[in-house]
Amino acid sequence: MRSSFGSFRFWAIGLASVWLTLFVFFPNLLVIFTSLLTRDPQATVSLPVNVDSYVRTLDVLYLQVLWDSLRMSLLAMVFCLLIGYPFAMAIVSLPKRWQPVILFLVILPFWTNSLVRTYAIQFILGNQGIINKSLIGLGLIDKPLQLLYTQFAVILGLCYILLPFMVLPLYSALEKLDIRLHHAAKDLGAGPLSRFWYITVPLTSPGIVAGCLMVLLPAMGMFYISDLLGGAKNLLLGNVIKTQFLHTRDWPFGSAFSVILIVLLGFMLWLYFRASRFVSKQGGLNGSDF
Amino acid sequence: MNEPRALLILNNLSKTYGSNRVLDNFDLTIFDGEFFTLLGPSGCGKTTVLRMIAGLEDTDTGNIQLENHDIGQVPAEKRPINTVFQSYALFPHMTVFDNVAFGLRMSGVAKEEIAPRVTEALEMVRLGEFAERKPAQLSGGQQQRVAIARAVVNRPKLLLLDESLSALDYKLRQQMQIELKRLQRKLGITFVYVTHDQEEALSMSDRVVVMNKGKVQQLGTPREIYEQPANLFVAKFIGEINQLVGEIVEIDGNHEYEVKVEGLQWRLHAEHNFKVGDKVNVLLRPEDVRVEYIDDPHPDQYLVGEVIERNYKGKTLDSLIRLPSGIEVIASEFFDEDDPSFDYSLNQKVAIKWVPGWEVVLPHEV
Repeated sequence: MRSSFGSFRFWAIGLASVWLTLFVFFPNLLVIFTSLLTRDPQATVSLPVNVDSYVRTLDVLYLQVLWDSLRMSLLAMVFCLLIGYPFAMAIVSLPKRWQPVILFLVILPFWTNSLVRTYAIQFILGNQGIINKSLIGLGLIDKPLQLLYTQFAVILGLCYILLPFMVLPLYSALEKLDIRLHHAAKDLGAGPLSRFWYITVPLTSPGIVAGCLMVLLPAMGMFYISDLLGGAKNLLLGNVIKTQFLHTRDWPFGSAFSVILIVLLGFMLWLYFRASRFVSKQGGLNGSDF
Repeated sequence: MNEPRALLILNNLSKTYGSNRVLDNFDLTIFDGEFFTLLGPSGCGKTTVLRMIAGLEDTDTGNIQLENHDIGQVPAEKRPINTVFQSYALFPHMTVFDNVAFGLRMSGVAKEEIAPRVTEALEMVRLGEFAERKPAQLSGGQQQRVAIARAVVNRPKLLLLDESLSALDYKLRQQMQIELKRLQRKLGITFVYVTHDQEEALSMSDRVVVMNKGKVQQLGTPREIYEQPANLFVAKFIGEINQLVGEIVEIDGNHEYEVKVEGLQWRLHAEHNFKVGDKVNVLLRPEDVRVEYIDDPHPDQYLVGEVIERNYKGKTLDSLIRLPSGIEVIASEFFDEDDPSFDYSLNQKVAIKWVPGWEVVLPHEV
């Protein structure tokens, strides 16, 4: 019994390790290596090894893109949190048998390719889209509003695609919240707002941080959203990388950006683990927080 | 002692969940400064009453008055009442100090007043040095004491305790019973305690209400409830009791009756009014039953039974004795200096009697 479990464990871990080595570790190594090479019109990349690509990313133009995409992703994250939290609270307050149904509906859009869904947003926001047509039809405006190809459209698209990633961890955190703690807080004189702020929020903070990261991390790279909804001006970091590989064919430069993105995301994950350790050790609430 | 002052009056409370009537026209008055216990089997409605007082449960009908003010519409957070929950419900993300300080902070007590009051409350439950711990780092008994400190620090008019000791092991529970009682005397706060443990209820309370199926069965001091149960439910729920069936054969007036029990005629006292021919239950506590060797001389009348089981309990010898009618009687006898080593053998014939007047005679019910 013990030995068969031991061999199962050996194979399970072994297979996962081989998989991760082949398809995660080596490709990443390749990306890092490529970022240190020189662009070559014939062979795509060639020696010598140098850090020119990294130096070039420090250009104001690219720093602007980095800042823009970070800002748009952060805004998308904030909006997802503001929409997702009440939404998750609403799901938890439903009768137990309805909760899986609603969660299923939250996940349902995943069954349609997100590219197709982004096109749908394009149709809704466009000059001939349903919003502009209705507003004109109602006589509220004379000429169509510029909704598409704006920062607003990109943030809307990111929110739409990524909202489920915010709702699911929040739901699982809220669902675990013990209602008896609310009764205790109520008994001790805490009104609805105090109960939310001092009980619900700190106890669901791991869910909040997880949800925020699951929105923020992918948002930075979702190039097709800014391609379809943002036009030429509202770029995400993913757009720059895509352009370098597919259009400019400057692989070392694209790889350098990929490495920067990975480092950035890694840094955020590190912050998350720090934060969750803080929450479990210290709690979200200290005497001084009052 | 002064005339007791009514602190809390429950009037005609009812509650129905679906088709289940958990509380049925429930009336109760709780006096200022007493240790009051709601006692009953699970599902009798006692916890519902407690939650209604706390404001965590709505009432279908009736009203709740605290010091002559109707608090039915006052939300829980505005009532000067605090609860020690069965699960303790300590906030896991806060230190012990912050847990205890929570109520004070919510009611806007001045910052410089909070620390000394919290420290005082923690000292009172002997947890002064645990202030910076998290609840998960404490034992069950310590968590229990934090829950008590968290409630009493607010100086409520009424402290509600919901089966608060039931999660503790036997030894700790005994110790906490004494501590709670001492605390209640020291603070002078009215305690309303909910339990299904009759021993706990008897040993801690000034007054007890016994409940069943959403109704009051009996209200009284522990002694009244144990010694003069109002009905068969109370008699059987509080401790062990033997039930013999009898019939009134003669009324001697002034609540004295000649009652035929197990073929013999006894002169018994009863609070109820009976007619000749009424069937009655004659109830006897095991410790009131006297068992004697049948060979000894007996000046008064006795029943003869056969010992079918004997259990040595340390303090007492508990014997199960079958009467000729088939009814089995438990007798619990203390070992004393007259006969420190008495014992019976199985199937031994013995004489049974009881101290006259210690029996309880109630109308017959099954």
